[in-house]
Amino acid sequence: MRVFLAATSHFTISPMKAERPVNLPLPSLFAAMPVTAVASILHRVTGVVLFVGLFYLAYLLDLALAGAAGFERAAELATAPVGKVALWIILSAFAYHLFAGVKHLLLDFHIGDSLVGGRVGAWLSIALAAASAGLAGAWLW
Amino acid sequence: MVTPVASLGRSGLADFVLQRVSALVLLAYFCCVLGFFVAAPPSHQRLIAFFGNLPMRGFTTLAMLALAAHAWIGMWTVGTDYVRAHYFGRGHAVYLACYQIGCLAVVFVYLLWPLSVVWGLRP
Repeated sequence: MRVFLAATSHFTISPMKAERPVNLPLPSLFAAMPVTAVASILHRVTGVVLFVGLFYLAYLLDLALAGAAGFERAAELATAPVGKVALWIILSAFAYHLFAGVKHLLLDFHIGDSLVGGRVGAWLSIALAAASAGLAGAWLW
Repeated sequence: MVTPVASLGRSGLADFVLQRVSALVLLAYFCCVLGFFVAAPPSHQRLIAFFGNLPMRGFTTLAMLALAAHAWIGMWTVGTDYVRAHYFGRGHAVYLACYQIGCLAVVFVYLLWPLSVVWGLRP
């Protein structure tokens, strides 16, 4: 078995490795990404953003519930420009993650899982998230 | 069969279901909290009354449990997708273990922090 694997790796894998492109043309690859791929990676990126951003929300909650002085501090923090931008990023990321998640649940029931349906769903989740980001901005400022 | 030791439900199907159920719990919780904040600008008293009443404490507990599961499954998926030999070479298993322990620690904080705040309230 070991000899067989060694032989196959020598004759099949090595020549393929040699032909593999070393530097992928990343910018043009991103430009050529179908909208469904953009929607997919955005779901992942916003998830990680939320994972980090939740620390700020937990801190705000802790502060706001820790006495009247704490509430004032939290209100100051959340209404300062940097605090607002942070909240806006978290809310926008959440909006996208939510719509993409709902789309995922619909796909589980085979709603919109055709090629056209996938593209429509991707554009729809992006558009709804963009509208929500606008609304969140209007609410914050 | 090799079971992925660090997956939450110890099976892909269990994680799949857990990810969706926790998503629905978090969606309901978010709607509830958003409704509170949009209804009126929160005062200190209103905030304590909202998060301090018993049903909301229970809902927050449920939501934080769902969040812990959801975040762990998500971060586990991201980690196992990127921290592998192709990008990280021979030591990838060590890096992945460090990444997963780090994520687990953060998830643990996210679970206990809001719960200690909410259950420590004296409304």
